[in-house]
Order: sequence, then structure tokens, then C-alpha cells
Amino acid sequence: MTNTAHLLQLSSIGKQFGGLSALSDVSLHIQHREIYGLIGPNGAGKTTLFNVITGLYQPSAGEFQFDGKSYQTCKPHVLAKAGIARTFQNIRLFANLTALENVMIGRHVRTRAGVFGALLHDRTTRNEERAITERARELLYYVGIEKPARTLAKHLSYGEQRRLEIARALATDPLLLALDEPAAGMNATETASLKTLLQTIRNSGITVLLIEHDVKLIMGLCDRVAVLDYGKKIAEGVPEEVRKDPAVIAAYLGAEPEAHTSGFAPLASLSPLAGEDPGERVVDNV
Amino acid sequence: MEIFLQQIINGLVQGSVYALVALGYTMVYGILGLINFAHGEIVMIGAMLAISSLTALLGIGTPPLLALPLSIGLAMLGCMALGYSIERIAYRPLRHAPRLAPLITAIGVSIVLQNLAMMIWGREYHSFPQLIANDPHNIGGAIINDIQIIIFVLALAIMAGLMLLVHRTRLGRAMRAVAENQHAAQLMGVDINRVISVTFMLGSALAAVAGMMISANYGLAHYYMGFLLGLKAFTAAVLGGIGNLRGAMLGGLLLGLIESLGAGYIGALSGGVFGSNYQDVFAFFVLIAVLVFRPSGLLGEKLAERA
Repeated sequence: MTNTAHLLQLSSIGKQFGGLSALSDVSLHIQHREIYGLIGPNGAGKTTLFNVITGLYQPSAGEFQFDGKSYQTCKPHVLAKAGIARTFQNIRLFANLTALENVMIGRHVRTRAGVFGALLHDRTTRNEERAITERARELLYYVGIEKPARTLAKHLSYGEQRRLEIARALATDPLLLALDEPAAGMNATETASLKTLLQTIRNSGITVLLIEHDVKLIMGLCDRVAVLDYGKKIAEGVPEEVRKDPAVIAAYLGAEPEAHTSGFAPLASLSPLAGEDPGERVVDNV
Repeated sequence: MEIFLQQIINGLVQGSVYALVALGYTMVYGILGLINFAHGEIVMIGAMLAISSLTALLGIGTPPLLALPLSIGLAMLGCMALGYSIERIAYRPLRHAPRLAPLITAIGVSIVLQNLAMMIWGREYHSFPQLIANDPHNIGGAIINDIQIIIFVLALAIMAGLMLLVHRTRLGRAMRAVAENQHAAQLMGVDINRVISVTFMLGSALAAVAGMMISANYGLAHYYMGFLLGLKAFTAAVLGGIGNLRGAMLGGLLLGLIESLGAGYIGALSGGVFGSNYQDVFAFFVLIAVLVFRPSGLLGEKLAERA
């Protein structure tokens, strides 16, 4: 494989649902140890893209390479083993399992004991189980969950549940951690500590892919950002550039079509509300 | 008082078998949201396999104490293979179909298995070979025999083992995770097809043991025995809260007790109009009462709508 320089490389990914084209011709690449942001209006196809690269959906067109291997149709547990872990927009913890057990499940992919191990409960199985428990406790500490490890997941606070989801994803020893709106519903303090956590995770060598609506978080955290609209990639680059990109502003605020096709002083023409400073017409509150 | 004690003993023994079968229903429901109506037939085939292999083993001169565990093992293996195949052939292709489709398929599988068993083992009753002395013991005027003691103790041991498996091991954790959320479990690297297959095999192994226990207790097996037994065990699972393992155990024991006490006293209470041959009616009274007054069962949580 040629593209080992990139951790993840999407080539012309398309996804159709019946007649609806949720993604079309999306190509992008994510480098090792990068924090990569994916933004776009509601329904732009961000979560669909996540579902494709984590194997929940099979792409209708294109393929992607991860860590030097090509994938087109692949089961989620295989991609988990390859090193892609994710969290969900709406928290999907195992509510009736304890916090510790939730993280232990994440170790499933890196452990072996099967039916016979479970039935015989031999030494290897016991040692493996002990190692899983220990690692799970470390991860709970790492993401900052201070409640007892035996607390049922459903009894954790909202912010803690989000962190627990991250701990569970980290337990799979991922190369790429894909987070679907991790800051959704968080207050400013929680968001700030989430930002610190994500930076720590990146510094530990894990690449982070992030869908987020909190533009402040995206701008302050991401190395590069891609923007999706109607299933197409309309912009990509460092946050500051993307933020000022006319196509992006149009996608978020709904511009006159000619405003950006004519290339005619887009920022100035994008002031539907008289009296506002055109400099403020950037995407910052979506 | 002696009658009461006797019915309690009978009820607990019968109930522990119901519990083992109910666990099979509840495990599959917990993971797939599917009621595997073929489960009763698996119990029947377990009983038939046990009797056939036991008879064959004894026929070639195997000592009874060796033949018994061997035939249990053979019946369990046979039923595990059967449970695995049923899931693979009949249910997996319908995993994403509307829920009525697998339900009807389950009934179809049940009929197929019954007829297969009739073709293999015929319509006649098969008797369970007498292996142990089966001495009766007298407890405060009530009688309990060796086979009943073995059934009760073995059933409790198996249930305890299953609880340990589900709550203390990696496999059990994966099962609980798949039951709660298949997508999330897959993303954690759990191969859900494997977990589902294992669940079917575990349930079928329990069914095989239960089938052997029943035929040993009554001394008989018949190709049609799985139908009523399956319905009663299903009732037990619903009574305890379907999808809940502890509920299935509790429901099984309770249903055994209700049935047995009901059969013991109905004659006296109805002035001789109804006799103990009305025993089977109680299970269905219980089913109706639970569905009307507490559809989620005794230990069940609010019944979640499952896709």
C-alpha cells in the first residue's frame, strides 16, 4: 500500500439510501496524531460518514484505506480490531452494566478467552480477566470518572457518561478515535475539561476525528477541518481558513446562489441584516 | 399438612425443570427480542437423544454410572448443534425482518422438529431406563425420591453456574452488552453473530438437561412432550419477566409450586367437580393473569419495545 503516510484515506466515498444520496464523492485524508474536525449543517452527512468508516454502513461507492489496508465492506468488529473506535451522538452506553464493565467490554477486541475459557475458568482466563479489570480502572481514572467503578452507567451524570463512552472507546486501543459530538449538551466547564482530555489523548499518540457543533471547540482544538454540506465536501483546511470560506458561510447561513458563484466580494454581500459588521459574518454559532 | 409438604416438594422439583427451560427462552429473548417457540422441541429432542444413547450404551454393557454422564453429554452436544443450526438456518436470515416473521418461523421450526422426531422415534412412548435404586425418603410424611433430589440439586447448581458465567466472565459480559445494544457492542469488537450462536447453544444445552430430567422423573418421553412443556416454561419466563435471568428462575419455581398446589387442592376446593387432571390449566391462568395485571413480569423492568 502506498499511502501509509496517512492514517485514514477516503477515496470518493458515496452512500445512497434509496434515491437519497447521503454522501457523494467524499475524499479526505487524516494524518497520524492529528485532531481532525468534521463540521456541517444538520443532515449534511457527518454521522453517515462516521457510520461508513466504522462499518455500520457499507459505502455505495468508493473505498477507504486505514493504516495501510483497504476496506470497502467490513464488519464493525473487524474495524474495531483494526483500530477504529467511536462514540455516539446520543450516548449509547450499556446502561445496566457498571462503569467498569462498560470499559471492560472495550477490551473485548484485544482479549481472547472464549467459551471454554469462560466455562473452565482456567488460569489464563483468570489472569486475562484481572488484566482487563486493571486496565479498565486506569482508563476510568484517565478520563476523570471519580464515582465508584461499580456504579451502573445509567446512574452517572451526563458529562460522566460522555467521558465513560470515551474511556470505553479508548479501551479498544484505537489508532483513530472518532467522536460524534462529544461536547453536545455540556456546559462551558465540562467542555473545557473535555478539550484538555482530547489534547491529552492526542499527545498519547492517538489520532482524533471529531464531529462537533461547538465551533469554538473545533476552532481551538482541531489541526484541520472539513466541511460537509448535502453529502459533499465543500471545504477543507486549517480552522481559520475554513471559517472564512464563502461556501461554508453560504452553507450555514443560506446565501444567495450568485453570491458565491460569482466570486463577488462574498463576505460583504453576505450581510442580510443591515447594520451588522460584515466581519462578524463568520460561522461561529451553529 | 402432609399433602401441603408433598405438593411443595413436587412443585419445587417440577419448577426447577421449568426454570431451566425458561432460561433458554429468556436468554434468546434478551439478546434477540425473539421468542423461540421451537425451544420446547429442543427439550423433547434432548430427552429422546438421552434415552436413545443411554439405552444404546447400556446395551453394549457400559456401567450405568458411566453411561449416565455420557448420555447427558451426548444429548447436550446434540442439542447445542441443533440450537446452533436453527439460529443459523431459520433466524439469522430474518434478523432484520419485521418481528412477526421470525415468530412465525419459530412456530414452523417447532412443527418441523416435532415431525422429525416422530419420524425418527415414532409415536410411541419411550421409557427411561431404570439406573439407580430411586429410594423414597420420608420427610415429615412427604415422600421425595433420589431422582427428584438429584434433579433439584443439579438444576440449582446449573443455574448458579449460569449466573456466574453471565456476570463474571468475558463471554457473559459480551452477552449482556449485545442484549443492551448490538451496534455499540459490535463497535467494541464483539462479534455479535458469535455471541448469538453461543447463546442459542447454551440455552439448548440447558434444554437437553431439562429434557433428560423430565423423562427421568416421569420415566417416559414422547415426541409431543415439548409442546406443553415449552408453553409452560414460556409462561414461567413471562411470569418472572422475560429477558431477565433471575426472573426466569423465580418464575419457573413459582409456576411449579402454583401448579402443584393447585392440582393438590383443586379437588377439595371445588367439591370434587375438578380433579388434579386440571393441573395444566393453572399455568395458563397464570399466563393470562400476568399479561393482564403485570405484563412486564415480577422482576421485569418496563417492557421495552424492541426492534
